[in-house]
Amino acid sequence: MTILTKFKFIRFVVPILVFMSCALSCERNSQNPSIQKEHSIKIKGSDTMVNLAQAWAEAFMRDHPQSLIAVTGGGSGTGIAALISSTCDIAETSRKMKPKEQEEAKANGINPVEMTVALDGLAVVVNPENPIDRLTIDELSDIFTGKIRNWKDVRGEDLPIVLLSREVNSGTHVYFKEHILRKGDPKRTEEFDDRSLLMPSSQSIADEIAQNPNAIGYYGIGYSSPTQKILAIAQDYNHPYFLPTIENIKNGNYYISRPLLMYSNGEPAGWIKDFIDFILSPEGQKIVEDVDFVPIQ
Amino acid sequence: MKPNPYRTERIAFTLLLISTVVIILPVFFIVFIIIQKGFSAISWEFLTSIPKMGMREGGIFPAIVGTLYLVLGTLIFALPLGVFSAIYLTEYAQDNLLTRLIKLAIINLAGVPSVVYGLFGLGIFVIFLKLGASILAGSLTLGVMVLPIIITTSKEALDSVPKSFREVSLSLGVSKWQTIRYSVLPHALPGILTGIILAISRAAGETAPILFTVAAFYLPKLPHSVFDQAMALPYHLYVISTQVPNVEVKIRYGTALVLMMIVLSLNLAAIILRSQFRKRKKW
Amino acid sequence: MKHFKEFLIEKVIWFCGVTSIVIVVLIFIFLLKEGLSLFKHVNLVDFLFGRKWYPISDPPHFGIFPLVLGSLTVTLGATVIAVPLGIASAIYIAEIASPRIKEILKSGIEMIAAIPSVVIGFIGMTTLVPFIKHYLNLPTGLTAFSGALMLAFMAMPTIVSIAEDAITAVPHKYKEAALALGATRWQAIWRVVLRAASSGIVAAIMLGIGRVIGETMAVMMVTGNAAHIPESLFEPVRTMTATIAAEMGETVQHSEHYFALFAIGIVLFIITFIINLIADLSIHRHRE
Repeated sequence: MTILTKFKFIRFVVPILVFMSCALSCERNSQNPSIQKEHSIKIKGSDTMVNLAQAWAEAFMRDHPQSLIAVTGGGSGTGIAALISSTCDIAETSRKMKPKEQEEAKANGINPVEMTVALDGLAVVVNPENPIDRLTIDELSDIFTGKIRNWKDVRGEDLPIVLLSREVNSGTHVYFKEHILRKGDPKRTEEFDDRSLLMPSSQSIADEIAQNPNAIGYYGIGYSSPTQKILAIAQDYNHPYFLPTIENIKNGNYYISRPLLMYSNGEPAGWIKDFIDFILSPEGQKIVEDVDFVPIQ
Repeated sequence: MKPNPYRTERIAFTLLLISTVVIILPVFFIVFIIIQKGFSAISWEFLTSIPKMGMREGGIFPAIVGTLYLVLGTLIFALPLGVFSAIYLTEYAQDNLLTRLIKLAIINLAGVPSVVYGLFGLGIFVIFLKLGASILAGSLTLGVMVLPIIITTSKEALDSVPKSFREVSLSLGVSKWQTIRYSVLPHALPGILTGIILAISRAAGETAPILFTVAAFYLPKLPHSVFDQAMALPYHLYVISTQVPNVEVKIRYGTALVLMMIVLSLNLAAIILRSQFRKRKKW
Repeated sequence: MKHFKEFLIEKVIWFCGVTSIVIVVLIFIFLLKEGLSLFKHVNLVDFLFGRKWYPISDPPHFGIFPLVLGSLTVTLGATVIAVPLGIASAIYIAEIASPRIKEILKSGIEMIAAIPSVVIGFIGMTTLVPFIKHYLNLPTGLTAFSGALMLAFMAMPTIVSIAEDAITAVPHKYKEAALALGATRWQAIWRVVLRAASSGIVAAIMLGIGRVIGETMAVMMVTGNAAHIPESLFEPVRTMTATIAAEMGETVQHSEHYFALFAIGIVLFIITFIINLIADLSIHRHRE
């Protein structure tokens, strides 16, 4: 009995000791992070850009095997908040920093430097079964604020409208609210109808659109596929309708487009600078086109 | 006319059977659908290579390793702390109001939503202690989350060892610690291990607590130190099923399959261990 | 030397015990400290009963009433589905099934607890949501009902295993006495055993509810997350847990929004604490 119990006890204690020593060795490894620190870049922010940043990181790490780039999504606000709390090196955002965020950054001793890395058109999408193929900004505003609740009020079928929006931490959500719901006028106070479904990501909007003929949503054109129909948008009935093609976005004909930004703390230096240079290089901008965004040049 | 009690019984028993089947069926449905759609994705390459092409190709190696690191980190923190606390509470602490309050608080903590632990971990480890989003912060958060589970299961196992075992040992002049070490712990061990395995499977499968404390969307290399972020399987599944466009169905289901297999096999181990324990218990 | 070793071990045990207690206390204090800071800016009534949740608008609205109702709707739906099914199956497992079947069923139900919630959410999103939209002819399948169905499923292991324990713990002589008086097995179960096990069953229900109200990922993936006061089970809702998970990453430390999410954390904490307390009390009454 004693031999047996002793044996069991050893089985119990040995793993603990192994874990402990593991922990200690991990600690020791982390004693000299200075060598690794400059190789590792943490990027955080916009979900719109997360796949783009991922593609850049993948290509950059292929060329620079010693570098380590961690990409995390969560929303533009997430990235900016992380930059302000110094938990990331680069914040990727699909909107500019708000004055309030600038103040908070200053208060925390952070000096955000803004870089435009790509352009994005916001596509307004519906299910391909939906006969609607064009809308004006006013109609969009009325739909998303809940004034229009049925497709028949915008020349469609007699079906309820299901609104799909992004979470409040999304730059896309904020941009859409400011430029569509409030029509670019900072004095207006329209909000998304509280019936709008706040989806955790652009992809989940795309998935829901693909299977729901009642739904309308919006996201960066990079997420569109043949299972959704992109609407042509006009400023009002007197203006022509435009689709978010690369030309229409570059020449400014398509109304809902925006720059995609990156913020670093201070002018980029070291590996961060190398990474940014890579992004702005023709090779980096080629990747932008590959993932269906619009290159800046 | 009075209803026939035997017919009532037959109807009632049939309804009970139907309810049980209704509960069990979805388990088979879920397991079946995941295996059916995900099995073709599983290959040695899928398990050991890094994600490529915007996570639409390649494997899930960093996510598996990340989850293993997190589980290990959680254990290093929560295992000794939890087991020793349980020993303290059952064997050493005086039975007064304070102890009872503490026991109650710990039992209640086991029921607190995991997202609240995530909140706590973000506030205290990531921001307040400035650990940043890192394996360390994530492990500590998961550790705090499973601590009540380890304490309560270990405590139950220790409580189930009859008092007489201790009394006999003590009356022979054996010291308190020796008594616990040789007369109590060996009998409580299977119960404690069951709790630990359940804690591991919980830590491996949870998403909400690691959402803000460690998980990286994409990090194709293995982390260098405990201060790095890491990918983790549950979060990776969340990412490729809601965030990345045009991921092949079989990769999504394949990832779900791997995650489910890891957690299920841990639970199976716990179930087997416990039934062995019950069989051996003779007092 | 031996004495010294023993002394050391006992100190380590004491230290660990105290550390765990400190951690427990720390969680309470930390949540309270961060959450209560909100009420310097927002008053409690506006927070609890405000009908608008627009946390990043200018000025922001921090009314969690729609979120609380969202959580309650999903929880109520899940409870209505899970409790009768769960208790029925607990009775079946405890009283009717043969020992072999019993072991298989118990392991099967415990396996539910082992499926990570993100996997259940994923399956729900890809199979249940389109199914519900199609067959109930709803504008969208992302509804409280989808969430309730999945949570009912996830609450099963808790409800079934605890209720089964309670039923098994009823002394055999109760049932035998009833059978000897000429009752059928069903009458003995329904009128005698269940009544004797009632407080344990209450505990099972409460712990099941606790499980449901705290679930995050699966709910976030299928309920649509609209912060709208729901009028029925078949509308999208936003739960408290999903709100924290979706928005926490964004908040700047010590902003009002950050405090507001901690305040939601406190509300969740209090709700689950009360639920667990009731469960704990009824288990004790049961044991006595």
